[in-house]
Amino acid sequence: MSIIKINNLFKIYDGSQIEVKAVNGVDITFEEGEFTAIVGPSGSGKTTFLNLLGGLDRPTSGDVIVDNVNVWGLSGRKLIDFRLHNIGFVFQAYNLIPVLTAKENVEFIMELQGRSKQERFERTKSLLEAVGLGDRLDSRPNKLSGGQQQRVAVARALASKPKFILADEPTANLDSRSTETLLDIMETLNREENITFIFSTHDARVMNKARRIVTMEDGKILSDVHV
Amino acid sequence: MKSNILLAWRNLWRNKRRTLITVASVFFGVLLSTLMTSMQEGSYSSMIDNIVKFYSGYIQIQHEAYWDNKTINNTMTPTGELFELASSVREVTHTTTRLESFALASSETLTRGSLVIGIDPDKENKITELTKWVIDGTYFRPGDDGVLIGSELARYLKIEVGDTLVMIGAGYHGVSAAGKYPVRGILKFPNPELNKQTVYMELSNCQNFFSAENLVSSMIIMVDDQYDLKPAMKELKAQVKSPYTVMSWDEMHPELLQMVEGDRAGGTVIKAILYILIGFGIFGTVMMMVAERTREMGVMVAIGMQKIKLAGILFFETVFIGLIGVLAGFAGSIPLITWFYTNPVKLSGNVADTMIEMGLDPYMYFSWLPSVFYNQVITVFVMTAIVAIYPLFMAVRLKVHLALRA
Repeated sequence: MSIIKINNLFKIYDGSQIEVKAVNGVDITFEEGEFTAIVGPSGSGKTTFLNLLGGLDRPTSGDVIVDNVNVWGLSGRKLIDFRLHNIGFVFQAYNLIPVLTAKENVEFIMELQGRSKQERFERTKSLLEAVGLGDRLDSRPNKLSGGQQQRVAVARALASKPKFILADEPTANLDSRSTETLLDIMETLNREENITFIFSTHDARVMNKARRIVTMEDGKILSDVHV
Repeated sequence: MKSNILLAWRNLWRNKRRTLITVASVFFGVLLSTLMTSMQEGSYSSMIDNIVKFYSGYIQIQHEAYWDNKTINNTMTPTGELFELASSVREVTHTTTRLESFALASSETLTRGSLVIGIDPDKENKITELTKWVIDGTYFRPGDDGVLIGSELARYLKIEVGDTLVMIGAGYHGVSAAGKYPVRGILKFPNPELNKQTVYMELSNCQNFFSAENLVSSMIIMVDDQYDLKPAMKELKAQVKSPYTVMSWDEMHPELLQMVEGDRAGGTVIKAILYILIGFGIFGTVMMMVAERTREMGVMVAIGMQKIKLAGILFFETVFIGLIGVLAGFAGSIPLITWFYTNPVKLSGNVADTMIEMGLDPYMYFSWLPSVFYNQVITVFVMTAIVAIYPLFMAVRLKVHLALRA
């Protein structure tokens, strides 16, 4: 079942001399439970594409339809609310809230959703255990390694029970061991819980795990291969 | 809300040194401002207290025509009802009545116009402590038919204690008034004008002189201090009906009120400058806090936090700086003000001499008026609320994709 449909998507930046088409007429569909890697050289438009897909940056034209909702037809407040309930984000630089512990970072998003204290507690515990951090619940980000922080970020992204997770170069700042651990976790979650992952990457190890590889260049999709 | 407040609190301590420096600026501002306000209000209170106790009292009940045309024909009969009414007001501590008019005061060869004041000696003394101004002779004894006169008047007329003062004037409704009275004492007030013209008589004696049987110019009413004035005035104004009217000290001494207001305004300007400087200090801190957390703010909005909630966190952070500063400032100023309130600073030298000459106590008093404190809270809250506009504005205008790249 397709959960994301993208029609004729453009993102054009008007420079002083030259017009830059960061995303140039992209049409693509993502199915539920896919484990997709968006690959391509730097400047190919991967991050911009993910930002448009995640409702973070407004496209110049085109539609992003998630579960029959035109994301860019939503007003500011509704769009934020839509992200809260439908999309999980994992960023390259982890981007945890530094003053909150691992547990609080994961709980935070559920609190925004208005979930009960009991539910928050149980889900946070099980998610952090699932990413192998059951013993670091009360650690603040500065007491965690990069790999551990990124695993907390994955737990946070999952906490809201999103329809899909967008990860922008999630392993770019990790060593090989942490990358391996993180990928195993993401792959397990995808396989066992049917969670849809879409991530941009340069990393060959990530590409090797992906079951669908979309290659971008100059804002266009060059190839779309199901492995 | 609870987690937003917790988040704001923790954010505040991310850079402890910077927060403490900013809080310290608020602390010193509140400390100085509170001490200054307390000292100002204490001085005003003492000055007003001295002045009203010297003569007018805090409140007077008069015939409604008297204030604009102070003649003996506009006097009133102080009924028992009026006394009962005044005494029934909780804040009222003392009452007395006076009859005032003018007459010519003469000695053997000299004459001068004088202000003749008929008083109830006991009651008057409780309010104005008239005895303390007697520099020669004695104060009135019960049923005394003598007079007390101002020192300058005595000097001009060349009369002393034991001499006779002759008075001639116009009594009630133009009846001629004349009489001779033994001088019982000489009064020396801080006010030279009073020394030049005042003649005090026992009230019934004065009423006889002016043929103004049972008439008085005013009923003087005292309360403990100016803070009891408002409720007492409210009650008296509600109950005292025509042909009487109730006046408070500020209506009778508009120049004193004006002087206090003028001085208070000067203090307000100084405090405003102080708080503006502190406000800019807080603003600088808040700008830094926002600038270094742009990406984090972007993340929070990206994962689903409404901008208004983010703005709320930033608002709390700004308000916390002010709140901690105010509480710290109070922690510093309350013990100091308490000490100075109970142990007023004794002035010395020329300042003290001048104050004594003016009939004022040579002390620097401090006030415990609630407004000394809550005005600081209001000022700091308004200041931080204004400063908080900046982070609110930044939060509302946040572009998530740009913030994530910050």
